[in-house]
Amino acid sequence: MNMYIQMGTGNGPDERGYFGEFGGRFVPETLIPALDELTLAYHEAMADPAFQERLAFLQRTYTGRPTPITYAARLSEQLGGAQIYLKREDLAHTGAHKINNALGQALLAQRMGKQRIVAETGAGQHGVASATACALLGLECHVYMGNVDIARQQPNVFRMKLLGAEVIPVASGTKTLKDAINEAIRDWVTNVRDTFYLLGSALGPHPYPMMVRDFQSVIGTEARRQIVELAGRLPDTLVACVGGGSNAIGLFHAFRDDTDVAMIGVEAGGRGIESKEHAARFSDPSVGRPGVLHGTRSFVMQDADGQIMGTHSISAGLDYPSVGPEHAWLRQTERAGYTAVTDDEALLALQILSRTEGIIPALESAHAVAEAIRRAPAMPKDSILLVNLSGRGDKDLDTVIKALGDG
Amino acid sequence: MTTRTSTGVSAIEAMFARAASEGRSAFLPYFPIGWPTVAGSLEAIEGMAAAGADGFEIGMPFSDPLADGPVIQAATQKALENGVTVRGCIEAVRDLRGRGVLQPMLLMGYLNPLLAYGPQQFISDAKDAGVDGIIIPDLPPDEGEAWVNLCAQANLALVFFLAPTSTPARINLVTDQATGFIYVVSLTGVTGARSALPDELEAFLAGVKLAAGDLPLVLGFGIGTPEQAQRINRLTSGFIVGSALVRAGKDGAAPVIALAAEIAAAIRNR
Repeated sequence: MNMYIQMGTGNGPDERGYFGEFGGRFVPETLIPALDELTLAYHEAMADPAFQERLAFLQRTYTGRPTPITYAARLSEQLGGAQIYLKREDLAHTGAHKINNALGQALLAQRMGKQRIVAETGAGQHGVASATACALLGLECHVYMGNVDIARQQPNVFRMKLLGAEVIPVASGTKTLKDAINEAIRDWVTNVRDTFYLLGSALGPHPYPMMVRDFQSVIGTEARRQIVELAGRLPDTLVACVGGGSNAIGLFHAFRDDTDVAMIGVEAGGRGIESKEHAARFSDPSVGRPGVLHGTRSFVMQDADGQIMGTHSISAGLDYPSVGPEHAWLRQTERAGYTAVTDDEALLALQILSRTEGIIPALESAHAVAEAIRRAPAMPKDSILLVNLSGRGDKDLDTVIKALGDG
Repeated sequence: MTTRTSTGVSAIEAMFARAASEGRSAFLPYFPIGWPTVAGSLEAIEGMAAAGADGFEIGMPFSDPLADGPVIQAATQKALENGVTVRGCIEAVRDLRGRGVLQPMLLMGYLNPLLAYGPQQFISDAKDAGVDGIIIPDLPPDEGEAWVNLCAQANLALVFFLAPTSTPARINLVTDQATGFIYVVSLTGVTGARSALPDELEAFLAGVKLAAGDLPLVLGFGIGTPEQAQRINRLTSGFIVGSALVRAGKDGAAPVIALAAEIAAAIRNR
């Protein structure tokens, strides 16, 4: 029996894919039958012990799960408040949590007999994870990536190519993650009969937000057990960065009924909320409002005419104008809180964690670390703060060198 | 005909009846407001109205048009750069009515800008300006209840789509919810002219027709030449030509009107 995953399907969504008023399926009619087929295949797979065992086996022997929890002793001591623990998704194969979902969906694609995979990527982490899972399972992989992101994430572009994937540059719109998703959907709508869309975050039309959450929920399921083993009790606060929000929802989900555990999602504050150059859908109500993008109703950064706004973040993985619908719902129901961290704060946190703990976090994860650094000093010494260290920073070295050099 | 004798769903029904009485399909050009300029798009639509078009799908630009191919993406991007808004598109229809365009006009746009405008206000303002129907490519009927009700109250058509992937259950749902006509996507894919239409098109259409009953079918996606128009003429109540006209529009209204005239003539040649 597998002890590494426990797929939670509790607390939504409803049958139409809604978390409260968020979610749904706002896609061209051509895709609706494919989404129905996917939903059915997903439920069948999850109910099949053989599928669960295969996934658990690969998580254990390929991904390297369970990933550990690390007590950040020196960081905690320096901040003088809460005891900080890190869930080490950076130690998962390919260096980020993205492999959890990519492997799950690739196994599902294989089960459905779909040989051709399309995926989008922002930072390149999901693209690398998809290319990896496809190489492992012998599937054909095409990854759409915006030209802006290709320029700032070169090592990941090369990784994907080494892994046998085709990287397709996207020159439309803002040339970042949002446009890569547009192109992946256009590909899917064209080749829908034989193609599986391996969406990388907890967004898009139903069943993706649910499916991605469930494949990522292994993070929280492990962390909940590990923190009790290591610290003797549940944490007081969880902190995770939120782009689309898959690492955050993956951590939060197992704690959803632990009402004493606070959940904090951290958006990209970019150059500051007032600068308008950010990706803070929740934290800047002047541009972040409920709307529909990429098939789901959630908070969307948009202008007065409902056009989707360009975003900015130093981290490509958080540079996205919408957010997974379950996060919008968790926020509305006040089960989770959301805040923003600027580029500069994230850069500083990256350096602090590197020096105090010997761990170079991804710039995305550095947003969560920055929030922990901000929050810990005011918390009691016997309190526990659990940070999802969703990825490692190797891919960001060029960006960091450039940013620190400029400073 | 110098004044509009009917509006909304009735105007669209009259359009199909007239085309049918002439033994042909209705020809509905798609053209976006603001491409290559606002004035240029109005000139093109006005000219096509005089050149034999039966009705119009008027495009409203969106930053993320995920059902559209590269030609319409680029054109609507330019339209956004030209400052075109939802309100601007409604006003463009009013302007076209003022210029004497009598044919049915349906506004086509993605959902988010319409939500930002406010659905009720949008329907009310569109109706007031002379719009006859609404097409929202990222709104399947499952999510469309509020829109179905608003459009029904205003007697505006609300067009839904069917695709070659549609199952019998989907076909029944869409035929149940759509008004005006059903937009039948000829192939799996995004908008854009294709060199060839799928071989299985006739068989697919026959199945949809059976379920649709009296509701007209309009074929779209991939139709771009007079020859293709001739081939699909009378297969469905109407057809839409988009990307080919939009591509012609980069050099001004004259080539758009000329292509529309050729297509209009092709379906009248028997």
